[in-house]
Amino acid sequence: MTIVLALIPILPLLGFLTLSLFGGRLPRKFVALIGAGSVGVSALLTLIIGVSFLLSQNSGGVIVINLWDWLNTGGLTASITFRLDALSLVFIFVITFIGFLIHVYSVEFMADDEGFSRFFAYMNLFVSSMLILVLADNLLLLYLGWEGVGLCSYLLIGFWYKEPANGYAARKAFIITRIGDTAMIIGLFLLFLNLHSLNINDLMQQASLKWEVGSSLATWAAVLLLGGALGKSAQLPLQTWLPDAMAGPSPVSALIHAATMVTAGVYLIARTHVLFSLAPAVQTAVAAIGALTLLLAGFSALTQHDLKRVLAYSTISQIGYMFLALGVGAWSAGIFHFMVHAFFKALLFLAGGAVIVALNEEHDILKMGGLRKKLPVVFWTFLIGSASLAALPLVTAGFYSKDQILWYSWSAGNGNPWLWAAGFFGAFLTSLYIFRLVFLVFFGEIKTQPTHQLGKLMKLPLIVLAAFSLVAGFIEVPNSIGSIHLFSGLINTVLPPVILAHENIPEIVLQVLASVISLIGIYLAYLFYLKKPALGASFSKSRISEFFYSGWGFDRIYDVLFVKPIVWLAEINKNDFIDRIISAIASTTIFFNRMLVITQNGKLRWYIMGFAIGIVFILSILMKI
Amino acid sequence: MVTISVEIQILFAALLFLIGLVGLLVRRNVIFMLMSVEIMFNAAGMVFIIAGAHWGQVDGQVMFIFILAVTATEVSVGLALILQMFHHFRTLDADELNKLKDDN
Repeated sequence: MTIVLALIPILPLLGFLTLSLFGGRLPRKFVALIGAGSVGVSALLTLIIGVSFLLSQNSGGVIVINLWDWLNTGGLTASITFRLDALSLVFIFVITFIGFLIHVYSVEFMADDEGFSRFFAYMNLFVSSMLILVLADNLLLLYLGWEGVGLCSYLLIGFWYKEPANGYAARKAFIITRIGDTAMIIGLFLLFLNLHSLNINDLMQQASLKWEVGSSLATWAAVLLLGGALGKSAQLPLQTWLPDAMAGPSPVSALIHAATMVTAGVYLIARTHVLFSLAPAVQTAVAAIGALTLLLAGFSALTQHDLKRVLAYSTISQIGYMFLALGVGAWSAGIFHFMVHAFFKALLFLAGGAVIVALNEEHDILKMGGLRKKLPVVFWTFLIGSASLAALPLVTAGFYSKDQILWYSWSAGNGNPWLWAAGFFGAFLTSLYIFRLVFLVFFGEIKTQPTHQLGKLMKLPLIVLAAFSLVAGFIEVPNSIGSIHLFSGLINTVLPPVILAHENIPEIVLQVLASVISLIGIYLAYLFYLKKPALGASFSKSRISEFFYSGWGFDRIYDVLFVKPIVWLAEINKNDFIDRIISAIASTTIFFNRMLVITQNGKLRWYIMGFAIGIVFILSILMKI
Repeated sequence: MVTISVEIQILFAALLFLIGLVGLLVRRNVIFMLMSVEIMFNAAGMVFIIAGAHWGQVDGQVMFIFILAVTATEVSVGLALILQMFHHFRTLDADELNKLKDDN
């Protein structure tokens, strides 16, 4: 069984190698077969290993496979070892299954693209890196996957590289996440220096033995790892890259920038939860950052008029919820929301991509409308995804996951009513902005006629994802309704269960409030954008809307604070002063050369004169000795 | 028989060499330059003779025979070159024949 575990990340890697070496020469059908097939087989293997894992739960159940020693030098040993526990099982399940569906969708989506095999090569490499990230048993291997997904993200955002703006967006994503990555690698150094290991299990044991709660080393380690997580997961203050990352093809946005890679930060925090428990201040910061980000991105999502940018801000906001959950110590709730979010956000991006394709690359939702009848499959699946995102009570998966986070943000150890209020208001914003999208795109009168009909390969993943967006929630139902705890039971074998501290309000009250606010959001969206469009239009003209539209001016602030000074410095130092020294050496040499060239005048008698003087010179030196 | 001190002899040879050198430097006609070179050769050969006589050794004279042979070949090659030079450039002025240089 262990070898199967190794095959899961290796198969997509083989797919990548095959496609990058021979992809250009293979027929498209074959490329699609390798690209989607390798991930498909991985998904199948995940299913097999998942079932056997769940059955062997009683006997510990952790599967470890050691492939080879990667580094072994000076006390540092890092091996290529994959370790499967409940947490990584959830992640590999989401990565391979949603990854497979997105690959299938891409076969049709990218059918006419000249970079067909390049696309699948990058996608396979991405899936492989992401699997390495979540299966790694030491932080160095995790970092390898971490950088691998960063690279693929860069390659795929700039996939249509002929447009300079796409290259710019790709570089922005790469550089901003790099800031976080740098913090993270310093964190790794710190951990290794103090605990002499990079193996995650050893580290966590050592840390809890050697470090006291709130000690400065633990705090620094947690802060640095958090830096990496913030960059990758596009949280405040490193969130600005994600909306621009929408320059890539829609399946890329679905897979990388919604379902999997951006949740790597969530995974990292959950995986190193011991460190965060040892640094309560940092953990509180995680919750605060999550709460702030989810509000900030929610407001921005409300004002965007590019379909994919709305979804991008929504992603930032939803990851904010996950951070909020991790911050209050509700580990399993964060992971649960990750899984459910992966289903409905991938669905929304794929359906959004389908709308964009059908309307011939029209991104502006203000120019869309009335697509309900024209694209029924897309409409229904998008509606289901939106309902799940808006946490429509009882029937959608999003309700169960978000509700759990809201409840714990009040009642868990680190929770307080302020965090709950932020999440609560965020839920209102969520249902408002997503149903604004639904009403603008699918209702009203037709503004742009669809020119393209969707094939089976694009519809099928939408339907499967829509089904999951509805039913995935039933594996974790709160006590007040049905009390099913399959998911948290599984996750709690790895992560500590949530400790309730403030049960001064019954869970059901908060649930009813959250349900009502989500319905109010939907109603307001209906009122503003369908019934009385003038209201919505007057809001979008206001200055506050402009401010939200620009993402709270973060880009401008960073531009003034960081980009401008560096460009200014570069401008002053245009004639690089070190360069000056080097060119001085060169010009001196050239000067001497000019002087000597004068002596080469072609006159034989001058040369003889030179000989004579030289001989006199040498003789006089010899004589003296 | 009057003996001349070895210093005088060497000085004479040096004078001869200097005459050759000055001739080489001041004359522009290539034939005269070649002749000056011959004078310098002879000055060098003379030093060998003087040294051989001074030490009572025959080696100096042997060396001079060698030098004669070398100069003979040198002159024949040199004259052949001068002939070609005149053939090509219609001049024997060494300062005119200054094409072998950078053009700057």
